[in-house]
Amino acid sequence: MIELKNINKYYSTGNHELHVLKDVNLQIGAGELVSIMGSSGSGKSTLLNILGILDAYDSGEYILDNTLIKNLSEQKAAKYRNEFIGFIFQSFHLLSYKNAMENVALPLYYRGVGRKERNKIALEYLEKVGLLDWAEHMPNQLSGGQQQRVSIARALISKPKLILADEPTGALDSETSGNVMELFREVNKLGITVIIVTHEQDIAAMTDRKITLRDGQIVESLVDV
Amino acid sequence: MFDLDKWQEIFSTISKNKLRTFLTGFSVAWGIFMLILLLGAGEGLQHGTENQFKGDAMNAVWIMPGKTSLPYNGYKIDRTIKLENRDFEDLQKNISGIENLSARKYLNGITEINYGKKSGSFGVLGCRPEEQEAEKLVIEGGRFINQLDQTEARKVACLGRDMKLELFGEEDPIGKYININGIPFKVIGHYMDEGGDRDVRRTWIPLSTHQKVFGNPNSIDRMGLTTGDASIEEAQVIVDQIRDRLSQRLDFDPEDEKAMNIRNRAEFYQKFVDLFFGIKIFIWFIGCGTILAGIVGVSNIMMIVVKERTKEIGIRKALGASSGSIVGLIMQESIFITTIAGYIGLTLGVGLLEWSGSMIQGNTYFSNPEVNIKVAVGATLLLIVSGSLAGLIPAVRAANIQPVEALREE
Repeated sequence: MIELKNINKYYSTGNHELHVLKDVNLQIGAGELVSIMGSSGSGKSTLLNILGILDAYDSGEYILDNTLIKNLSEQKAAKYRNEFIGFIFQSFHLLSYKNAMENVALPLYYRGVGRKERNKIALEYLEKVGLLDWAEHMPNQLSGGQQQRVSIARALISKPKLILADEPTGALDSETSGNVMELFREVNKLGITVIIVTHEQDIAAMTDRKITLRDGQIVESLVDV
Repeated sequence: MFDLDKWQEIFSTISKNKLRTFLTGFSVAWGIFMLILLLGAGEGLQHGTENQFKGDAMNAVWIMPGKTSLPYNGYKIDRTIKLENRDFEDLQKNISGIENLSARKYLNGITEINYGKKSGSFGVLGCRPEEQEAEKLVIEGGRFINQLDQTEARKVACLGRDMKLELFGEEDPIGKYININGIPFKVIGHYMDEGGDRDVRRTWIPLSTHQKVFGNPNSIDRMGLTTGDASIEEAQVIVDQIRDRLSQRLDFDPEDEKAMNIRNRAEFYQKFVDLFFGIKIFIWFIGCGTILAGIVGVSNIMMIVVKERTKEIGIRKALGASSGSIVGLIMQESIFITTIAGYIGLTLGVGLLEWSGSMIQGNTYFSNPEVNIKVAVGATLLLIVSGSLAGLIPAVRAANIQPVEALREE
């Protein structure tokens, strides 16, 4: 499903160059539930962004579903993001002026699905995350946990093969975090690969495989049996 | 462009970002509105002034005697110069290029004129038949004074429209008698003169009658002439000839403007034309400044809008939007807003001009404010295009950076 070969990534801050990812090699199979651990600055978010085609890498190879993801045109990158990947962010990144249903439906807009059709599908997904009654609410009328569930519905609506979550529970209390993680496990059971970036041990403990990054290198890759 | 779904997306963005929409629209609408008012006011002023000239023939020259201000031929200053019938006949005979020469005489002070029980104060002027041409009088009933009236010094009168309405109302005045200072005059006609209020609140009577009945036989207060197709330079030659001839006949210094005031209307008009050319350039200068300010305003707002939406752009890209679709969305939205706003500004501006034009009708210094619609539409298009271009550059830049950078933007 995912294959990273000798991925290197540099950030230049002024005249100073930062080596964020150092020769990262990684394989993740279809249907895995993986967490990427690491302290802040370890490069875990950068790795996730490269996996999500939100950022470019400087050398190496990234193969997603047998497709080499390198120097993609804007059009192609947009197409892959839309078809393969669902994103979940720490700060949710919902559009503030759209209600829950419209936010969930947005990926289908970019797939050319008509308004009525996509809103109908969006309602189905909101029902799956238990928020059907909140469909007409604006994001600022929802709690953090509810917003995260809306963004999970949004990530799922395009039926992606891969869900990438960047600190999905970072802004939530522990009980809500547990619920959200439960949701991820259910999603995973449908056969979707889920990769979660977190710095919390107990969140990582709920995944099947823990990958630990330190200073841009993978130091540990444990599989829970 | 005609993708219904895209329009729905734009409408939902617009309706949920009212302040942003209002600010963008307002700067466009205001710029256009001000430009139209400015151009319209300039036009109105010009039309008003042109109306002032409408009442008289454009090629008219007026000759008015006064008092000498320069010593001449042994005479002291402050000598009163007077025109008489023989001066009129002399000019008519000896100056070539005069299309029409007229002479008139005033009655000093306010004159009570009555018809039956109705009365009022009006001007009484003596003239020759040529006056109709010089004053551009439009006869609305009966006739003007003719040569026979002049030769026989008949007691006849031709009334201005307001005077006729005040004394006669809807009644036909022709053949009726009015009393001027107690002397009956037969009304032979009535006329309209577009020169203003004063010109329609008076009556013309034959010059000879005026001289005979109200004293001062042979005396003329003022002469007027038209110069036909003569250019301004040619008219000036005629004026110079008249001045020389009168100066010889009446013994005053030809340089003495006060002894004989000869006003060349064409020259005067040319001054106004020059003045208005200057005013027009000035108005255009300010107008261009207004448009420029509008462009800067729209550009500023568009740049802020794109900056504000950078994060949204990042989110949309993460969800699978291509940069083309994002740039298209922002451009289409901004063109839509500026077009609507420009149209509103255009309509309001033109509406206000029309309304004020109808409100101030009758004001002789300002009338018919209007604006060249091509200019107005052109300015609106300019604002739309420049506003969109100003948005295009940051939009393209924001759409082309890595999504992760756009998402970091707060």
